[in-house]
Amino acid sequence: MNAEEILNLLVDEFGNEKITGSNLEAIDPWVEVSAGSIEEVSRLLKTDDRLQFDHLNNLCGADYFEVDEKKKAKFGHEPHVEVVYHLTSYSLRHKITIKVCVPRWKDDKEGELPDVPTVSTVWKIADWHEREAFDLVGINFVGHPNLNRILCAEDWVGHPLRKDYEFPLEYHGIRGK
Amino acid sequence: MSVTLEDPRIVEFDVRTDEMLVNMGPQHPSTHGVLRLLLRTDGEIVNEVTPHLGYLHRCAEKIGENLSPVQWIPYTDRMDYLAGMNMNLGMSLAVEKLVGMELPEKAVVLRVLIAELNRIASHLVGMGAYGLDLGTFSPFLYAFREREIILDLFEEACGARLTYSYLTVGGATHDLPTTIPIPPGLASLTHRSPNLKLSWLEAVSMFLDWLEPRIKEYHTLLTRNHIFIKRTAGLGILSREDAIDFGCTGPVLRGSGVDWDLRRDGDPIYTKMYDDFDFDVPVAPFTDAPREAVLGDNWCRFYVRMMEVAQAIRLVRQAIEKYPTAEGTHRVPHKMATKLPKDECYLETECPRGAMGFYFVGNGEVNPLRARAKSSCFCNLAPTAPLCEGFLLADIPAVVGSLDIVMGEIDR
Repeated sequence: MNAEEILNLLVDEFGNEKITGSNLEAIDPWVEVSAGSIEEVSRLLKTDDRLQFDHLNNLCGADYFEVDEKKKAKFGHEPHVEVVYHLTSYSLRHKITIKVCVPRWKDDKEGELPDVPTVSTVWKIADWHEREAFDLVGINFVGHPNLNRILCAEDWVGHPLRKDYEFPLEYHGIRGK
Repeated sequence: MSVTLEDPRIVEFDVRTDEMLVNMGPQHPSTHGVLRLLLRTDGEIVNEVTPHLGYLHRCAEKIGENLSPVQWIPYTDRMDYLAGMNMNLGMSLAVEKLVGMELPEKAVVLRVLIAELNRIASHLVGMGAYGLDLGTFSPFLYAFREREIILDLFEEACGARLTYSYLTVGGATHDLPTTIPIPPGLASLTHRSPNLKLSWLEAVSMFLDWLEPRIKEYHTLLTRNHIFIKRTAGLGILSREDAIDFGCTGPVLRGSGVDWDLRRDGDPIYTKMYDDFDFDVPVAPFTDAPREAVLGDNWCRFYVRMMEVAQAIRLVRQAIEKYPTAEGTHRVPHKMATKLPKDECYLETECPRGAMGFYFVGNGEVNPLRARAKSSCFCNLAPTAPLCEGFLLADIPAVVGSLDIVMGEIDR
């Protein structure tokens, strides 16, 4: 199936409230899914006979935010955080990109991580990928069995891939800058 | 081997004792770098495995967001440092896909030649180090003797022996050298004068002629070795379903019987590089496997790698033949300060350890908004816990070694 057919299938199944957007002209065509329904959409993507997306290539977060006041006008995106899922089907040999967009902070309270339901119940590898996205980008995967830091130290403060992250000046007596 | 002794008293007295927490690593020789496995053991039996990663973490993705993609290439060398060329290739292709760049035939053939030669070097280390994990030292010495010649050849081509930054956006930084002094290792192994001068391609050819018959010897020494089979076959069985569910790629996936190689089944921008080349994709189960071997066990994963060396030799030979007559140049100009389009792309390439993916989000600036490196070993390491639990402590190096991980790539 090509991206357009996959999009149509998803819209038929879930409607426009859950499938919130798409871009079929992009280099890798993507479909945007509302945060609340990502788990059920993922489950269908994996189990439906016409889709069979059994392989989660990649799961990562991205922070869309411009720190520099002068560049903000040219930035072209509303500040938000994305979770991107790249999927491939080994049996049907097609692929698709799924996106979930959430605000940078939950309820606009700085420091409160935005919620996205976990898909580790659908693909086992999502467990580690989500831990990494939590660690580096700062996304709270609701329902994850073990949402702890995976690459940074357990007591690390902040999420390094956030654009407004400030490198600590000191860590356990080790000077930073 | 999972322990199922019928008389529980024997288990109580001989195998099981008290539960104990053991830290294996981060400096254990068989964890291939700085990986810490937290083991909950009961005597000799491992009940629980928790991998702890991140000892080499330097947040390469954050660095990538603050550099232009060309400037980021040296950082990709340091991800899978045993296959730097393949890392360079994957990243360059992702950028080329994003900016929409076509390469001349010569650059493509050069890339195939270099990438496959690096695959041989990488799998040689994989083989040697796996032997070390299982307590045999000699294959390691042979593997490093061979690899040394490849490193000498790479040094002649780009000046570096490990962190090459040779394949770059638009092709390769330099054309292949014409005349080089024969690598000292090659001269002594083939009984030639150390003062001999020859072309780079001739030297590669000479090396392959020498290497190819040796592979049979490695099989005798290691693959068919009785002790090696006892330690690997039927152990660490990763089912086809689990291999897919855990996102395993490369030899780990093919060792579990999934016929998928990105050089043949991947993104068109990548597969078209290999269109004019003939090669087979070795996939388990193998008809010549020993009786004890089971689909998806340590032995199968190891054997897939060994078979891939033979295929890589085939590919390099074809590339050597094509290179002198290939059209175009080794590099199309690409300015370091090229602005990336407002688009995004994700591309995976078949690296020796699996599918290494690069994801770039451009936003009309020189630096990407997001630069992501998805590590293949990261996913290949994920099934460690289910593979090791319930087995003997001594089997853990055999399982972790067969996954062939490089921590520099996992931690990024």
